[in-house]
Amino acid sequence: MSEPIKQQNQADAGPNPSGERRAFLKAGAAVTGALVAPGVLLYGVAHSRAPEEGASANKRWGLLIDTSKCGDGCNDCVTACNTENGLNGKTGPQDNQWIRKLNVKDLRTGFVQNLPMMCQHCEHPPCVDVCPTGASMKRADGIVLVDRHTCIGCRYCMMACPYKARSFVHEPLTEQNPEVPRGKGCVESCTFCVQRVDRDQQPACVEACNAKGHQAMIFGDLKDPESALSKALKTVDSVEVRADLGLNTGVRYQGI
Amino acid sequence: MARLANWLRLAVLTGAAALLAAPAYEAVAGVDLPKLERGKGEKCVEDTQFIRRNHPDLLKHQRDDTLRKGIRTTRHSLKKCVECHAGEKSGSVASSKEDFCAACHSYAGVKLDCWDCHATKPGKKPVQQAAQPAASPLMASSPKGGSK
Repeated sequence: MSEPIKQQNQADAGPNPSGERRAFLKAGAAVTGALVAPGVLLYGVAHSRAPEEGASANKRWGLLIDTSKCGDGCNDCVTACNTENGLNGKTGPQDNQWIRKLNVKDLRTGFVQNLPMMCQHCEHPPCVDVCPTGASMKRADGIVLVDRHTCIGCRYCMMACPYKARSFVHEPLTEQNPEVPRGKGCVESCTFCVQRVDRDQQPACVEACNAKGHQAMIFGDLKDPESALSKALKTVDSVEVRADLGLNTGVRYQGI
Repeated sequence: MARLANWLRLAVLTGAAALLAAPAYEAVAGVDLPKLERGKGEKCVEDTQFIRRNHPDLLKHQRDDTLRKGIRTTRHSLKKCVECHAGEKSGSVASSKEDFCAACHSYAGVKLDCWDCHATKPGKKPVQQAAQPAASPLMASSPKGGSK
């Protein structure tokens, strides 16, 4: 048991175990805080990370979906996703859907609920476990992606995913969004609109849901206790879908 | 006499050699070098000779960094190549044989599969938020926080 604690300490100390650098940084942080205003954390100043910085393991992107606010027949998130990512919006068995709108009915009571189902961005993603080429991968900030450069289209990940979140591109594509390369022969799924998140925007579905006034989705950093998402998660009862699998999903649902 | 004969023989041989060589020379230079359109920018991000030889490696490195690590620098990004080199007529780097990538790659006989997935046209600029709020929507102190 002592070993993990020891590792933790080493990680804290960083490259300079003398602690001098840490003390200096702390002092600097204190000065900055005082300059801004007592008791006010001006997170806005430390805005988006630099392009060369890369995704950080200090963040984990997550999403909370309030199913009670998710309207029957409302497709705004799906439409926004299709526009952003260049999907054709068809829902056949061979078409690509990154978000599926589901109707869930309690057969005993007849109570019907709506929810969007997409990649749940698991902490322990089964799709990554089964991928034979390493194409299915999880970024440092918890976003699960497919590297199409190494995907061979075997579709093991589609079988492994408990959420039926992935689809396969069967036909050649043209006119892709320059930011969202997609092509025949690869598996794909929701990326949390990684191209938008990397420039500090919300995923297209969340933006659309809020812009249309439904407010059923909150996106944010699960590791930041001050984020709107973390605050909401602290106050409402939310669940993972298939929590029994122990995947620790990044997407959580409220009201199911 | 002998000298004249020798001289004649040499002349005949030279002529024959020239005749034989001509078609061979034609065959070697049968395909013209591709005429590439100049990019829209001032100059390329690297020296021309360097980029000619090394662009596959640069792109490969960039793609792994971007996708796997989330590093989104633009110096060697394929998207930026396309923005600069899209043809005047087609607006694309690979839709016709005269376009930048297609011209050289068809000359060299190297098949490209970048364009199976990547857009060959620059496309629209990403929409930046019109008025940047004091805090980004992803930041903690966002005024439009979703906590209800």
